[in-house]
Amino acid sequence: MISFQNVHKSFGPKKVLQGVNLEIAKGTSMVIIGGSGTGKSVLLKSVLGLVTPETGTILVDGKDATSGDHDAFLARFGMLFQGGALFDSMPVWQNVSFRLLRGSLKRPKHEAREIAIEKLRRVGLTPDVADLFPSELSGGMQKRVGLARAIAAEPEIIFFDEPTTGLDPIMAGVINDLIREIVTEMGATAMTITHDMTSVRAIADNVAMLHDGVIQWTGPVAQMDDSGDPYLTQFISGSAEGPIEAVR
Amino acid sequence: MNMLLSPFALIGRQTLALLAMIGRFTIFVAQTLSHMARPPFYGREFLTAMVNIGWLSLPVVGMTAIFTGGALALQIYDGSSRFSVESVVPQIVAIGMVRELGPVLVGLMVAARVTSSIAAEIATMKVTEQIDALTTLSTDPLKYLVVPRFIAAILVVPALVGVGDIIGIYGGFAVATGQLGFNPATYIRNTVDFLQFNDVLSSLVKGAAFGGIAALMGCYFGMHSGRGAQGVGQATKSSVQAAAVLILAANFLLTSLFFST
Repeated sequence: MISFQNVHKSFGPKKVLQGVNLEIAKGTSMVIIGGSGTGKSVLLKSVLGLVTPETGTILVDGKDATSGDHDAFLARFGMLFQGGALFDSMPVWQNVSFRLLRGSLKRPKHEAREIAIEKLRRVGLTPDVADLFPSELSGGMQKRVGLARAIAAEPEIIFFDEPTTGLDPIMAGVINDLIREIVTEMGATAMTITHDMTSVRAIADNVAMLHDGVIQWTGPVAQMDDSGDPYLTQFISGSAEGPIEAVR
Repeated sequence: MNMLLSPFALIGRQTLALLAMIGRFTIFVAQTLSHMARPPFYGREFLTAMVNIGWLSLPVVGMTAIFTGGALALQIYDGSSRFSVESVVPQIVAIGMVRELGPVLVGLMVAARVTSSIAAEIATMKVTEQIDALTTLSTDPLKYLVVPRFIAAILVVPALVGVGDIIGIYGGFAVATGQLGFNPATYIRNTVDFLQFNDVLSSLVKGAAFGGIAALMGCYFGMHSGRGAQGVGQATKSSVQAAAVLILAANFLLTSLFFST
């Protein structure tokens, strides 16, 4: 389980997180929604230590995320970045099996390659993609490779940062389905950041709405449309009228 | 009143920014040094850095050195002929190339070619979240990106300087024997007899120092770059400027250390 307790983070004078409290149950898929610049990515990155909150506690399975062996802690996670964040100096298969080629999870090279090809197949890519470089792939293929890398070491917890941004609706649908299937099949805990409502409905078990640095609403995805929360209702409808200020 | 105080405020802001950067850089260097002694070690990245910094810099270093050596021979011949001491050309070319021009020009060429490339590569990695991805894959970016480049530069730039010294001396030799009428055998003997161990040692030590500076500047500005294309451009520009200035300052200090009596 991931637990955020009164998490605060500022960048200069801008207060991004102002007391976030949120619980993500083990084996569930939580999607965090909110407008651009509301701190969704900051919240996600603060779990991994990429951003350090000023105050508050983040617990993973009851243990403080900032204490203990950080490498062992990170080995439990997989992450799909918004732009893929593939290493363009190495071929696709080495990107996918990056974690399996070095460090505590190191395997023989041929074994790591086999696992990479299997994971590529799992996300719908053929083995001939393995030897290409990321710059030779389309945006959708890069996202799939990023997804394959995120699941390569069979992590317990997977983070998805804007998984469908920049993709056409069909490819976005394919990625959403893949994420849902993989999370269910692996029994992993998932935390997704998005403002794509189609993704939310496809991926989420639970939804949390982040606005003004706090969680405005959280609950099961099935209750989202009837929540009665004015922030969430406005966000879902995409209306300019409501408590969320729309700058024109 | 505000108008009067604004230049002071600007100076104050710049001074604080400079001090903050010095602090960040000091921590960065200390972290790099501490990571050098602790596993894991990334052998493949180290070998790649050796090739990129050393082998691929050979053409530009060779071209720079040969033309500089040739020009140096012409200048020294012209200057020494005013005092009828043209025979010093081999000795002055050798000492000029080995003690000063070889290491400094190679250092500056490495700053132009390698520092800029490292800074742009790492800054782009930062902008595209590849640095964050490394962290999430349980790989310390400092250990994976900085340490191999730093060690490779310290080891290969002295070799580049050695090659540059030899090619520079050959440039002087080619001009002196081909254009100025020097006897080849005498030129070589005068060069070899005149150079001392300390001259060569200073050249190689300078190479190691300049290589370290060039790699560290590229890595530091890359890792601390701003966002977007502008951030990458700014990081690249700042890294080359800082490397060039620090190389020249380090050259003065090392020359003082080796040769001041």
